[in-house]
Amino acid sequence: MKIQQLSIFVENKPGHLAAPIRLLAAEGIDLRALFLADAREYGVLRMIVSDCARAVARLTAEGFVARVTEVLAIEVSDHPGGLAGVLAALDATGTDIDYMYAFPCRNPEQAVLLFSFADTEAAIAKLQAAGINPLASDELLKL
Amino acid sequence: MIADLETSIADCNDVSAPDYRPLDELRALQLARLQQIVARDYKNVPLFRQRMDERGLVPAEIHSLADIARLPFTVKADLRDNYPFGLFASPMSEVVRLHASSGTTGKPIVVAYTQQDIDTWTSVVGRAMAGCGLHRGDVIQVSYGYGLFTGGLGAHYGAEGIGATVVPTSGGHADRQIMLMKDFGVTAICCTPSYFIHLIERAAEMGIDMRDLPVRAGVFGAEPWTDEMRRHIEQAGGIEAFDIYGLSEIIGPGVGCECRRHAGLHIFEDHFYPEIIDPETGEVLPEGAEGELVLTTLSKQAMPMIRYRTRDITCLLPGRCACGRTLRRIGRIGRRSDDMLILRGVNIFPSQVETALLQVEGALPHYQIVLTRSQGLDQMEVQVEVTANMFNDRMGALQAVHARLQAALDRVLGIRVRVSLVEAHSIERSEGKAKRVIDRRNA
Repeated sequence: MKIQQLSIFVENKPGHLAAPIRLLAAEGIDLRALFLADAREYGVLRMIVSDCARAVARLTAEGFVARVTEVLAIEVSDHPGGLAGVLAALDATGTDIDYMYAFPCRNPEQAVLLFSFADTEAAIAKLQAAGINPLASDELLKL
Repeated sequence: MIADLETSIADCNDVSAPDYRPLDELRALQLARLQQIVARDYKNVPLFRQRMDERGLVPAEIHSLADIARLPFTVKADLRDNYPFGLFASPMSEVVRLHASSGTTGKPIVVAYTQQDIDTWTSVVGRAMAGCGLHRGDVIQVSYGYGLFTGGLGAHYGAEGIGATVVPTSGGHADRQIMLMKDFGVTAICCTPSYFIHLIERAAEMGIDMRDLPVRAGVFGAEPWTDEMRRHIEQAGGIEAFDIYGLSEIIGPGVGCECRRHAGLHIFEDHFYPEIIDPETGEVLPEGAEGELVLTTLSKQAMPMIRYRTRDITCLLPGRCACGRTLRRIGRIGRRSDDMLILRGVNIFPSQVETALLQVEGALPHYQIVLTRSQGLDQMEVQVEVTANMFNDRMGALQAVHARLQAALDRVLGIRVRVSLVEAHSIERSEGKAKRVIDRRNA
């Protein structure tokens, strides 16, 4: 259920975003989803990739500061109100969301959101109790 | 020819008379004072007596000025270790002033003055200013910081002492300073050279050309400055720029100053005896040789300093200055023998930055200090490489690390500097001593 996410520290300077991306391309690693969280002088680049362990190892070897973090993938109905419904359920359980972003699905009928929770384990328990089942990693990467 | 005559007349007033004391009188005076101060320090300051005892030396064995080389050195750590009042030779009831400056750790360096010390200080700063051609009738703006720092009050008393009209602006509020320079008809200014450059630029932004203002002289100190900076100041400011030297441990500003010949800084050696030593061996070097400046206060009462190692690298210039003063000159100070850097008149040590980083991180990340100058004001940036430990996926947590680093540096350094988180391996590694400081200010 826990999805491995790659997080990389990036300085906000020309060329610094391209550098890790180029390295991943050279490694033949496929990018499935990404989000660049920005502060003024630096950012955190978050990505779901085809081979997270290899990506972290290669990035670290090349001097980048990268680590694996965990997110959950939740499918929502792809109509207006789909996301609102899931958020209402999360709020009702008092589950604290740190951030979220979309996971592009090849199937236009599907919509998946990636969530980072302060406490991933607790979030899984509360979601399941509310009848929401986060996707398993292999399911997600097939989408 | 006439300018020289005017200079001579202006210089040969009461204030400057001691600068021209015949050499044999000067040396006799220095020896008498040296003997007195050694005896006094031996009697009243335990640390000095202990060091003399270790050498098997007593004050009565000082027979000539050359014997000063037998006396123990004093270093900055001695002031730190004896904080606050351990090196005082006068009782507190006679101490009328305390000043403090930055040291390498949290505790400041404390210095003390009796009324006579204040009078001595006033007179040497006055002599410095008279040597710059300043006198009663001048309107002197003091833009050094007033407070525990010796710069502001030192310049103030000295300027007042020569009968000039003093404008005590202290630092900051550049717009208002420029307005007062114009409206009060300020004829001379005392501040750091970089602050004056800032005023020139700010004035230009305000539509005022500094060269059109009545200010004709600047007495600049508290930080090293190059001949290029002097040329720039004189051209863009339309003034004659003078280098003044001092340090709180000795008295404050007024230990030495340039005269109108600008051929070195005259040390007021009737009060501060200069030596140049090899910083590695401690051996006294001859005239003309470059080494560390060591100063002995000959007349201070509250806190005498015997052979204080200043860490400043310079030489004693041989020969007599064309101005006629018998006071020896040192070359302009370009660098220090330790790591200390000076930012807007504030002393900063890379070790302080390390202390701050260690406080936050527990381990020492790679860091570098980058100094630049923007619109005349010194800027300092501490670049800290983000380590795997420091890195957090959550932006809030990462920003919190950044904020903690900022707070720790503010606390330890006492001034606000910029902290930047940079990528790992972006700071150049060196094989030998890490190049902690990149100074682009005079580039």
